[in-house]
Amino acid sequence: MDATTPATPAAPPADEPVHHPSYIGVWFGLAFLTAIELGVAFLPWAKITIILILVGLAVWKALLVALYYMHLRYEPTRLRVLAMAPLPLALILVVAVIMEYR
Amino acid sequence: MARSAVMRPPVLAEPGAGVYNEKLGIWVFLGSEVMFFTALIGAYIILRTAHPGAWQEPGEMLNVPITAFNTFLLICSSVTMVKAFAAIQEGRQKHLTLWLLATVLIGASFVGVQAYEYAELIHKGFVPSEGLYGSTFYTMTGFHGFHVSVGVLCLIFVTFRAWRGGYTAEDHRGVEVIGLYWHFVDLVWIILFTIVYLI
Repeated sequence: MDATTPATPAAPPADEPVHHPSYIGVWFGLAFLTAIELGVAFLPWAKITIILILVGLAVWKALLVALYYMHLRYEPTRLRVLAMAPLPLALILVVAVIMEYR
Repeated sequence: MARSAVMRPPVLAEPGAGVYNEKLGIWVFLGSEVMFFTALIGAYIILRTAHPGAWQEPGEMLNVPITAFNTFLLICSSVTMVKAFAAIQEGRQKHLTLWLLATVLIGASFVGVQAYEYAELIHKGFVPSEGLYGSTFYTMTGFHGFHVSVGVLCLIFVTFRAWRGGYTAEDHRGVEVIGLYWHFVDLVWIILFTIVYLI
């Protein structure tokens, strides 16, 4: 490596044991939350209540996938920031379209 | 749990983002996909709010039980995908191939069930030109189905390469990159299932 090449962090040795989160536990959680969604969707409650509960459950499931299956929980902070970067842009897009539509 | 214990990089990380280039690339691509699906979902919400009479109640037109089964399939495919990733991290190439094969089969089943659902709906007269309900339904689920189909094709390639011994504990970038795409497709479906079928 010459003097101008930036230092590269070394990968841990491949024979080091790898500890994973409980992927089956997350799968069970996703299946359970889906079952709850199906139950809630057909309850004779106020529509707005059902929508709020269903959206909350969907966000919970999406977070489980992103944090544990896509491993965002264990990634460097900079990658997590990159992954979340489109969210404010998405919000701006939706708000802009709503204002244009009105 | 230590971060490096789960996310041991398959190759040396690049300086800057702290991950290797292919992984950085797929995350940037997924960011653009977030914007793409946001445009679809945002338009759907706005149209539905403006024309509530154009939509039917959950279960009246759309087949919720069969779609719930399809949702379960996609959740199962996500766990087989992540198990494939975990297997190759530990150098278990045979298990990698088997988990990938399971993911391909479950993913293809999802597309098959969606095709069956479309055929059933079209038979009932629910077509894209039916109105706002039909056009938004087929646009959103169709684009998602297209993404799943592309994912299945990519997974077939990765599975074939895994079967040939193309991935090792030291370098399995392809498995991680396709895995991130596949989980993202699952994540999008979780949102779509709620918005399109249950609300």
